[in-house]
Amino acid sequence: MLTPEQIQQKLDRILLKVIKPGRYVGGEYNITVKNWDTTPNRVAFVFPDIYDIGVSNVGLKILYDQVNQREDALAERAYAPWTDMELFMREGGIPLYSLETFHPLAAFDIIGISLPYETLYTNALNVLDLAGIPVRASERTMEHPLILVGGHSTMNPEPMHAFIDAFVIGEGEEAIHDVINTVARFRQSGTTGTRENMLLALSKIPGIYVPSLYTVTYQEDGTVETVAPVRADVPKVVTKRMVAKLPPPPTKFIVPNTETVHNRATVEIMRGCTRGCRFCHAGMITRPVRERSVAEVVAAAEEAIRSTGFEELALLSLSSSDYTNILELVTTIGEKFGDKHLNISLPSLRIESVSIELMERLKDRRSFGFTLAPEAATERMRRIINKFITDEDLLNTTREIYARGWTTIKLYFMIGHPSETIEDVEAIATLAKKVLAEGRKVAGMKVKLNLGVSTFVPKSQTPFQWVPCDTTGQIKEKQDVLRRMLKDKNIKLSWTHAEDTFLEAFLSRGDRKIAGVIYTAWKNGAKFDAWNDQYRYPIWLAAFEEHGLDPDFYTHRQRRLDETFPWDHISAAVRKNYLFQDFRMSLEGEIRPDCRQKCYACGILPTFSNQRRENPGEGWKCPDVKSPAKQLSVISVP
Amino acid sequence: MRIRLTFAKQGALRYIGHLDLHKMWERVTRRAGIRLAYSQGFHPQPKIQIAAALPLGFSSRCEIIDMWLSEEIDLSGFAEAIQAAVPPGLHIQQVDIVDDRAPALQTLVDSAAFEITLLTPADDELPRRLSSVMESETLPRERRGKSYDLRPLIESLSFISPDKITMKLAARPSATGRPEEVLDQLGIPFEETRIERTQLILK
Repeated sequence: MLTPEQIQQKLDRILLKVIKPGRYVGGEYNITVKNWDTTPNRVAFVFPDIYDIGVSNVGLKILYDQVNQREDALAERAYAPWTDMELFMREGGIPLYSLETFHPLAAFDIIGISLPYETLYTNALNVLDLAGIPVRASERTMEHPLILVGGHSTMNPEPMHAFIDAFVIGEGEEAIHDVINTVARFRQSGTTGTRENMLLALSKIPGIYVPSLYTVTYQEDGTVETVAPVRADVPKVVTKRMVAKLPPPPTKFIVPNTETVHNRATVEIMRGCTRGCRFCHAGMITRPVRERSVAEVVAAAEEAIRSTGFEELALLSLSSSDYTNILELVTTIGEKFGDKHLNISLPSLRIESVSIELMERLKDRRSFGFTLAPEAATERMRRIINKFITDEDLLNTTREIYARGWTTIKLYFMIGHPSETIEDVEAIATLAKKVLAEGRKVAGMKVKLNLGVSTFVPKSQTPFQWVPCDTTGQIKEKQDVLRRMLKDKNIKLSWTHAEDTFLEAFLSRGDRKIAGVIYTAWKNGAKFDAWNDQYRYPIWLAAFEEHGLDPDFYTHRQRRLDETFPWDHISAAVRKNYLFQDFRMSLEGEIRPDCRQKCYACGILPTFSNQRRENPGEGWKCPDVKSPAKQLSVISVP
Repeated sequence: MRIRLTFAKQGALRYIGHLDLHKMWERVTRRAGIRLAYSQGFHPQPKIQIAAALPLGFSSRCEIIDMWLSEEIDLSGFAEAIQAAVPPGLHIQQVDIVDDRAPALQTLVDSAAFEITLLTPADDELPRRLSSVMESETLPRERRGKSYDLRPLIESLSFISPDKITMKLAARPSATGRPEEVLDQLGIPFEETRIERTQLILK
């Protein structure tokens, strides 16, 4: 294995040949560099896309902080090199290394890879290969680091089961410590330390899924028959980890020396969402809602700006408007930071006039557009997806935004919702034109509209996990309709490529058989699948062919109502029955309102009743329910 | 209040370009609790001037930056506050107060001295090639499709040891000599060297 000095010497000879060498040298303000030799537990966190995208990932920032707070552990970082750098690294025999101390990744005890979305899968394989670590979990020994993965995509871990030793299902703040402690026990115990024993011990940690300890059988039609643990002492179902009280937010953010995406300080004001939009993966899997207090958020924001010097602060959550004391929060933040040449962003606002009031209080300089996400343009569709607003509300709000001086509004819509017709798609264009026309009445011809129309991909653990994804043909037809109808030069339309949707669709709801497809596609050159220009559609089709699999089985098939899903042994603590009820309600156009007022018994409360009891207080926003189980009877199943 | 800082830029910061350096200083001052003055207008920019752009990959012992503060401050403790707020590889060497109306920093630079470390020690022929460069009347070259004469831009060029060369090149806005052009003239690939700017000579 190369030493850090050897790696640095080799780097010196190639860095000036690659674009943006600043990506590969570390040295940022606020990094933590510990003594390698005297720190026994070493963790490398990897975001498997380029530095410019990975460095601002909030999840890894939290874990980096958690691990580095321990005296007995260190955390360092690595990212995927861009293709030019990868070529030089392979040529020069330089393994993937950490940016803090330039140790090869293979020298760490644990490599924690973040997989928030599925189009990173091939990059994860590439990262392992660049680190000189066998890509297949079964080929790794005690000599190799433990390969650990976390992030939203793990709610269906099966497509990656062959490459990953252990998945963290749910939130990682506490689980990472349990994993480090268990790995340490086996690393330090000498003879008893076999990899099999270590994996078995890991599988007993709540929220840790070790795929090699489960076997899957299939029905004749290709769907899953059973998923069963290979031993009695391995849990049948792995339920997600959930932190009952959000720990203090990180504030010592790493400050990149180069321009990156989302180069800013962030404070997570709230986790989870009570709105229950049926297409929303995050909304279903991050329950329950937990809020930080205004005082805690403001103190963290001040500390983050002081310690980073960033010119932008983002207050993060899935639905800012739902934060209980949002008015108090933005008023305080606006007063404290309004004149400091800072931009403060508050994403995910609801479509109502009070949102404008919130933005005004932040003393936003209107240099950014105002973003709203109606997601659908007809009443029928909005009922189906459970995001109900009226056209009138939307128009009143957008008119007011234009009137108050914002010249650009960005609206997010989605096509491909279940049972969507061409009329529903046309309605998006009609509504967009109306928004612009109303804007012109109050603010003149200068008003602009950016229209982002993405394509819905059904995700595991949501009420839409049963529905087919649109075919590429259907998607293209719908996008054509929008392009044809929207020729106004003040409406800028953007959309997702149909091929990208197709890829995301079979990776999202794939089973273990997809692992072979991922491996073959990667071997044949698929990587950076999240980048349009890098997407290698024919390679993926050929990989399916080679494995005798049909991608349509995973993407366009209406799944049987009694189907066992590949991810049924992974639980987000929202019951499958509840999701099914919600799916049935969507077919009837029935809305399920915000669950802050009323509990619909999704399954969170009984699963985490102990945690709730141990962490009383105002933070957790589920309504009080005497016996959550009894609530089941009041829900009418259509 | 206008302040002139001289600083070294080394280590990982060699790979940080000119525009990123601007942004870095904005953040350094905010961390240090120093309030910069901003330009007027729709997109206010902090008032910062950097003497001469340092090419990507070069380290330096002598970068100079002017910054305008929004208030008069006492300079005791200033250098320490800045030093505590910079990323590794940046070292504050000098702090001066400059007359607000003094000419723009960029217009003051006259020449720059460089020290080149050869990662592979030079062959025996290098001193001869070096002399031949200095003895030539003109060195016609082409850079990005434009022809120019490199020779008048070289003020001095010396062979110090088998792995070290120093040079002093013109660095005026209209006439800037580039060390990598001189190295190319000497048959040394740029990637096989480490270049450090050692001095900026002001008019």
